[in-house]
Amino acid sequence: MREQITDALKGHESDYIEIHLEQSQSTGMVYQGNRLEEIGRTSVRGGNVRALVRGSWGFASFDGFAGLREKVALAVMEARLAGGGDAWFSPAEPVMDKVSWSPRKYASSVMLASKKQLLDNYNDIILSSPSIQSSAINYRDVQRTTIFANSEGSYIEQEKPDLSLRITAIASGAGKVRQAGLSLGSRGDFTEIEGLDDQVRNVARRAEALLYAPQLKGGEYTVILDPVLAGVFTHEAFGHLSESDFVYQNKELRQLMALGRRFGDKGLNIVDDATIPELRGSYKYDDEGTPGARTYLIHEGILVGRLHSRETASRMSEAPTGNARAINYLFPPIVRMTNTFIEPGGSSFADMLSEIKEGVYVKDWYGGMTSLEMFTFSSGEAYMIRNGKVEELLSSLVLTGNVFTTLANIDAIGDDLEMNQGGGCGKGGQSPLPVSNGSPHIRIQHCLVGGK
Amino acid sequence: MEGLLSLAKMKVQQAEVFSVSSRETTVHFEANQLKQVHSKESAMKVLRVMKDGRIGLAAGNGTGDSAALLDMAIETSQFGIPVDFQFPGLGSYPEVDTFDSQVEKIATEHMIELGRELVSRLTGYSPGLLCDAEIIKSMHTIGIVNSQGCHMSYNKSIFAMGVEGMLVKDTDMLFVGEDESSGCLSAGVDILVERVIRQLDLAARNAAVSTKVLPVVFTPHAIASAFMVPLSSAFNGKLVYEGASALKGKLGKQVFDRKLSLWDDATVEYGVGSRPCDDEGVPSQRISLIDKGVVSHFLYDLHTAALAGTRSTGSGGRGGGGFPKPGPTSLIIGEGDVSLGSMVAGMKEGLVVEHLIGGGQGDALSGDFGGNVLLGYKVENGEMVGRVKDTMVAGNVYRDLREIVLGDEARWVGSSLRTPWIYSPRISVSAKGV
Repeated sequence: MREQITDALKGHESDYIEIHLEQSQSTGMVYQGNRLEEIGRTSVRGGNVRALVRGSWGFASFDGFAGLREKVALAVMEARLAGGGDAWFSPAEPVMDKVSWSPRKYASSVMLASKKQLLDNYNDIILSSPSIQSSAINYRDVQRTTIFANSEGSYIEQEKPDLSLRITAIASGAGKVRQAGLSLGSRGDFTEIEGLDDQVRNVARRAEALLYAPQLKGGEYTVILDPVLAGVFTHEAFGHLSESDFVYQNKELRQLMALGRRFGDKGLNIVDDATIPELRGSYKYDDEGTPGARTYLIHEGILVGRLHSRETASRMSEAPTGNARAINYLFPPIVRMTNTFIEPGGSSFADMLSEIKEGVYVKDWYGGMTSLEMFTFSSGEAYMIRNGKVEELLSSLVLTGNVFTTLANIDAIGDDLEMNQGGGCGKGGQSPLPVSNGSPHIRIQHCLVGGK
Repeated sequence: MEGLLSLAKMKVQQAEVFSVSSRETTVHFEANQLKQVHSKESAMKVLRVMKDGRIGLAAGNGTGDSAALLDMAIETSQFGIPVDFQFPGLGSYPEVDTFDSQVEKIATEHMIELGRELVSRLTGYSPGLLCDAEIIKSMHTIGIVNSQGCHMSYNKSIFAMGVEGMLVKDTDMLFVGEDESSGCLSAGVDILVERVIRQLDLAARNAAVSTKVLPVVFTPHAIASAFMVPLSSAFNGKLVYEGASALKGKLGKQVFDRKLSLWDDATVEYGVGSRPCDDEGVPSQRISLIDKGVVSHFLYDLHTAALAGTRSTGSGGRGGGGFPKPGPTSLIIGEGDVSLGSMVAGMKEGLVVEHLIGGGQGDALSGDFGGNVLLGYKVENGEMVGRVKDTMVAGNVYRDLREIVLGDEARWVGSSLRTPWIYSPRISVSAKGV
C-alpha cells in the first residue's frame, strides 16, 4: 500500500498534495423503550485526496483504495479550476510514524452478547422506575485506522478508536412528558461505560422529578454552572471563537480576537489539549500530520493563543497547533477543538453558593450552539438558589449571551475540574467529532435565562 | 445487489438490499473568495435480513465482499428485534419528478460563475460583508430489492445554493443568509440576492425590546428552527406508539388553530425529499398530518406500522444507510390569507423573527421551542424599525399554534419545508439589559 501511495503522489503540477485513507468497522445499537430496535454493523473503506495549486484547493473523496493516481489527478485538476486563491501552508518537517492505541478493554473486541447484556441492564434500571414512560439508548463503537501521506514525504498510520453512549429516560405524568439524559464517551475503552448503575438510576429519577418542576421566569440571574455545563459553555461560547478559520479572513474579528486582549478575570485560564492520553479528543497527529499539542487560549484572563491548521497558521503568521481534523474520509480537515477546559481556580462550591441571594444552579448538558458572538446552551437540570441554598428543581432552561460580556462576568472559578466525554462536536456539516470538554464549577453574574 | 440478495435468500427467511450511490460536486467560497472545489463519490449498501423472526443489519460501501456482509447481518440478527412484517413486493409507484438532467450537465465552471455573481452582488451592495457561499450539485441512484419481489431503482438530482454573510462592527456581529435547494436546476441567483439584501436593509438599524409577552411573526426560516423539531417528533409513528409523543390519543382531535393544515408530500415535483417510494420500497403518497387544526395521521415505516397495527405510510427513511425510521420528506403548511405587510401593520409592538439559533434545544417531546434570535426585527406601530440583539423567544407548539394567523404566500426553506409566515399573538420574549 505504502508504495502505491508514494507513487501516486509523484509527478503532479501542484504545490502540495495529501492523501488520506481510512478503514473502519463500527457497531451500533439503539434501544427505544424495552426493545433493542437497531443492532447493526458497518464496514467501510475509502479515502480522499486534497491538492493545493496556486492558492486554491481541490478535494476528491472516493470509496475503496483503487486508482489513487487518477484521484490525485482529479483533485489537482479541481484545484486548478478553482485557481488563483491565496491559501497557503505553513512549512512542516516530514513525519514518519505508526501510532497504535491500546485501551484497557477494546470495545470493538467485546462480544456483541456482552455489549447487549450491559445495555439491557441499564435499560431495565430506567424502565423499572415508577413514572418512566420510555427510554432511549444510543451506543456506538468504532475501530478506525487511518493512513496520511503527503507530497512533503510524511507517512503516518494511526489507530483511532472511539466509543459513545447516550442514555435517555422519558417520564410522563401530570399531562406532561419530560426527559433526562446521560452522555459518555471514550477512546474505545469499554470499561468507561461499565458500572454505571447508580448514575443511570439517577437519570430516571431526574426525568420523573422534571414532571413537577416549575418553569423559571425569564430574565437575568446570577448563575452557577456545574463542571459539565461549564465545559459545554467553554466549548461553545469561547472554544469556537478560537478556531482560526473563523477569524483569519475577517479583519474585524481579528481585531476583536487580538492576542493580548483581556477577556476575563485574572483567575481565568482556558486550554485546548490533544495530549492527555485517556481523553476522547486526543491524538498524536492531526489530519495534516501536525503533532497534537497543549495550547493555552486564555491565560490569566488574557487571550494568548488560538487553534490552527497549517493553512490558518500560515495566514496569521503563527505556529500550527495540530487542530486540523476531519470526521472521516468524506471531508477535508478543518480547524477543530480537542479537549477544551477551564483550569481549576480557588473557590469551593459552598463559597460560591453562600454569596448568592437569588440565582440559579444549572447542571448537565442538553445541547448547545453558537454563532461566534452569541451562544445558547441548555441545561439538563436546574435549581433555584435562595439565600445561599440550592432549593427546588426547575424545568429545563436555555441560557444565552454574548461571549465577551459573559466571560468577563465570571466572578468565581471552582477547585473541582471534571472532564465530560459525552456527545460530539458539529461544524461545517462534520458531526459528531470526538471531543471532550470540562471545567470546575463557575459562577456567572447577569446571565440571561430564557423562560416563561 | 441481486447477487447479494440471492446469497442471502439461501440462509435467511427474508432479505432486503438498499443501495445508494452518489456523486456530488461543490464549489465553496470563503470570505468572498473561491476557496475549494470538491467532488465526492460514495456508495452505501445496506443488507437487512430476517432470520428466525429477528432482524439483523450490516452495511458497507461496497468495498468488502458480500459473504462477509451477510455474516455480519446474520450475527446481529441473533440479538435483533423480533419482527412480524413482510417486506413489500413490487408496488405501483406514483410518477414523481426526481431527476433533472440539467443538474447533471451543469459544468463546474458555470457553478463557479454563479457563486461569483452571488458574492459580488452582495458585497457590491454592502461593502465589508464577508460571504461564505456554496453551490452544490449531486446525483444519486437509489435501489431497493428484496426477497418478496420488490426491485425498484430511481435517479435523483439535487441542486443547492446557499450564502451566509457576516458584517462585523466592533463587538457587533450581523449574520444574514439564505439558501435554496431543489431537484432541478435553479434559474439563477436573483432570489437569493433579493432576500439577503432585504435582510441587510431591515437590519441596518438596531432596536431594543424588553422582556415581556409580545406578538411575534415567524418567517419560514424561524418556523423551520422553532416549530419543526417538536412537530416532526410528535407525528413520528414510533414515538406515538411508545407514548412519547404528546399527540398520542389525539387522532381526530382539534389540537391546533383551525386555519392550520400540515401535510407531508413525497410526490411534490422536484422536492428535495421527493421519491416514488420510500427507502423500504413502499409507494409514496401525500399524507395529511394536520387538517384544519385536527390531528389526522401519523408517519409510519413498515416495522412501526406492524407494531401499531396499521399500514406503512411510505415514510421509511434511512438517511443514506442504516435502519429505516419513520420521518417526513417535504412538510408543507397551507397558506392563509393575510399578507406579511398587514400582519406587521396590525402590530403596535412586536417582533419578526428571521433566524433563530438553538431552536431545537428545548424539550421537543413536550412541544417546547426556544432560542436566541440571531436575526430579528422589532416592530413599532406597524413598522419594522430595526434589528434586535440579545433576545430570546420561548414557547410551546401546543399552546402557541392554537391561535395563529397564516401568511398568504408560502416558500420553501431549507430542503424539506414549505410554509407561509406565521403570526402568533402571545410569545414570551426575553431580552438582556432592558
